[in-house]
Amino acid sequence: MPSKKYTPQGHYVAPLEDTPIAPIDKLDESQKARSTWADAWDAMRRRPAFWISSVLIVLIVIIALFPGLFTQVPPNSNCLLANSNGGPQPGHPFGFTRQGCDVYSRLIHGTQASVTVGLMATIMVTVIGVVIGALAGFYGGILDSAVSRVGDIFFAIPTVLGAIVLMSVLPERTPVTVAVVLGIFAWPQIARIMRGAVLSARNSDYVTASVALGVERSKILLRHVVPNSIAPVIVIATVSLGTFIVAEATLSFLGIGLPPSVMSWGNDIGQARTSIRTSPQVLLYPAAALSITVLSFLMLGDVVRDALDPKARARR
Amino acid sequence: MLWYTGKRILQMIPVFFGATFLIYFMVFSLPGDPIAALYGDRPPAPGVIEVIRAEYNLDKPFIVQYFLYIIGLFQGDFGTTYSGRPVSDVMAQAFPITARLAILALLFEAVAGILIGLIAGLRKGKLFDASALVVSLLLISVPTFVVGFVLQLVFGVQLGWARTTVSGDAPWGELVLPAIVLASVSFAYIVRLTRASVSDNLSADFVRTATAKGLSRNRVVRVHVLRNSLVPVVTFLGVDLGALMVGAIVTEGIFNINGVGGTVYRAVTLGEGPTVVSFIAVMVIIFVIANLLVDLLYAALDPRIRYAK
Repeated sequence: MPSKKYTPQGHYVAPLEDTPIAPIDKLDESQKARSTWADAWDAMRRRPAFWISSVLIVLIVIIALFPGLFTQVPPNSNCLLANSNGGPQPGHPFGFTRQGCDVYSRLIHGTQASVTVGLMATIMVTVIGVVIGALAGFYGGILDSAVSRVGDIFFAIPTVLGAIVLMSVLPERTPVTVAVVLGIFAWPQIARIMRGAVLSARNSDYVTASVALGVERSKILLRHVVPNSIAPVIVIATVSLGTFIVAEATLSFLGIGLPPSVMSWGNDIGQARTSIRTSPQVLLYPAAALSITVLSFLMLGDVVRDALDPKARARR
Repeated sequence: MLWYTGKRILQMIPVFFGATFLIYFMVFSLPGDPIAALYGDRPPAPGVIEVIRAEYNLDKPFIVQYFLYIIGLFQGDFGTTYSGRPVSDVMAQAFPITARLAILALLFEAVAGILIGLIAGLRKGKLFDASALVVSLLLISVPTFVVGFVLQLVFGVQLGWARTTVSGDAPWGELVLPAIVLASVSFAYIVRLTRASVSDNLSADFVRTATAKGLSRNRVVRVHVLRNSLVPVVTFLGVDLGALMVGAIVTEGIFNINGVGGTVYRAVTLGEGPTVVSFIAVMVIIFVIANLLVDLLYAALDPRIRYAK
C-alpha cells in the first residue's frame, strides 16, 4: 500500500491510480465553443412568451409603417357628428369618437406616433448611455467622477416630472421633441448599468491578456469590453421602450405631450375622458392597444433577461 | 455608520443644487416672456412690465435669479404664483391632502404587495403564483390614468361604492379608491420583486441551516426568508416615490383632488409655469431626501453595504 501523500499545507492528495480520469473530466475539443448569444437564443426560442411578444411587436411595427394596409377609412376626414359616440357599425367595428370619427381607423393611424416616440427615445438613451457609461467605467478618473455626478443630478429628477417641466415651456411639440425630452431625463439609468458592467469586465483575464499582448486601449474597449458588458443594457432598453410609450401617453393625456393634431393613443384616451360614462369603448380600445404594445415589450424584456442570465436559466 | 451617513449627505449637496438649477434653468431661460403673456393681446401700461419684472427678480442676471430663489427656498419662501398667491400658501393647503393619499397608497402597496409576493414566492409554479404574475404584468402595462378611469367608472358610477370626485377637504374614506389607483403600478412591481427575492432566498444556505436546526416552517419563513427578502423591496420604495409623484399628478387630476398633484395638473393644463416649477422643484427635493433616507435604511438593514467602503 503506497504511503499517503500530503501537500506542504498538510492536505491529503489521493494517488492517481485511486482516481482515474473519468469521461466527465475530458473536454471534447472537437466541438466549437458556443457564445453567450447562441446559448441565449437557444433558451429564448423554447419559450412561448418569446414568440408571442415577437409576433405582436412585428405586427405593431408593420401597422406603424403601413397603416393603409389595415384600414381604408380616413381617420380625420369624413367624420360625421351624426355618428358622435356611436356604437359599432358594419365597416366600423369599434364605433365612433365624440367627433364622429372611426375609432378603429384612429387607433391604426395613432400607432405610428406612439411607436416613433418609444423607439427614438430608446435609441437615444441607449446610445448616450452606452457611450458615456463605457467611457466612464473604462477610463475612470476625473472623467468617471464628472460623468457620475452629472448623471446623479439627472437621476434625481423623475423622468416624467422633468419632462412635464420641459414640455410645458417648449414652443414646439412633435414626436421628436417628446422623444428627446424623455431621453434627456432617462439616459443616466442606462449609463449607470453600462458603467457597472464595464467596471467588472475591465478586470477580467481576457482584458489583462490583451493588455499584455500590446493591444491599444481603445481597441480593447471596443472589441472586448463593450460586447461583454452590453447584455444588461439590452434588457433594460427593451423594457424602457414600453415605459417610454406609457410616458408619452401620460404627457399627451395631461395635454403637454403631442398636440391634438397628431394622432396618438395618449391623445385619443385624453379626449375620450369626457365621454367615458356614455361610451366607454372610445377610451377602452386605444387603451387596450397601448397596453398590448407595452405588455409585448415587457414580456420580451423578461424573456431576454432570463436567457442572458445563466442563473435564471438554471432555476427554470 | 456615522461616516457613511456623513458621506451620503455630502454627496447629496451637489445633486440638490444641480437638480434645482436644472429645473430653474429650463423654465426661466427658455424663450417666451411670462409677464407679457399675462396680459394677452392688449399690452399693459408702460412701466408696469418693468415693475413686475423687478418684483419677480426677472431683470437680474439668470444666475443671480437662481441664487435669490434658493435663498428664498431656505427661508421657506417658495416664490409667488403669477396670480399673486404665495406658493408656500398653496402648498400648506395641498400638502396634507397628498400626504394622506400617499400614506394610504404606500400602505396598500406595501402590505398587499409583500403579502401576495410572499405567497407567490412560496408557491412558485402553482396557480396562485401564475395568476399573480399575469395580473401584475397587466397592471404594469396599463397606464395609471386608464386604471383610474375604469375604476372610477365601475366603483364610482356603476356600483356607487365610492365617490367619483373627492370633496374639498378630502377625508380618509374618500381617498381609498384614488389611493388604490395611485398604488396599482407600484403594487405590481412589489409583488414581482418580493416573489423573486423570496424564491431566491428559499434556496439560500442560511434557510437550509435554519430548517436543519429544526425551526418550524412558519418561523423560517417569517424570520429568515421574509426579513432578508425585504431589503430590495425597501430600496424600491425609495425609487418608487418618483413614480408615485407622477402618478399623483394623474390620479389627483382624475379624481379632482385639491392636493399637490391636482395643483400641478391644473397648473400644467392652464400653462402656469411658475407654479409648476415651484411644486416640481419641491417634489424633486423630497425625492432626493427620501432616497438618502432609503440609502441609510438600506445600510442599516444590510451590514455588507456599510462595511464595503
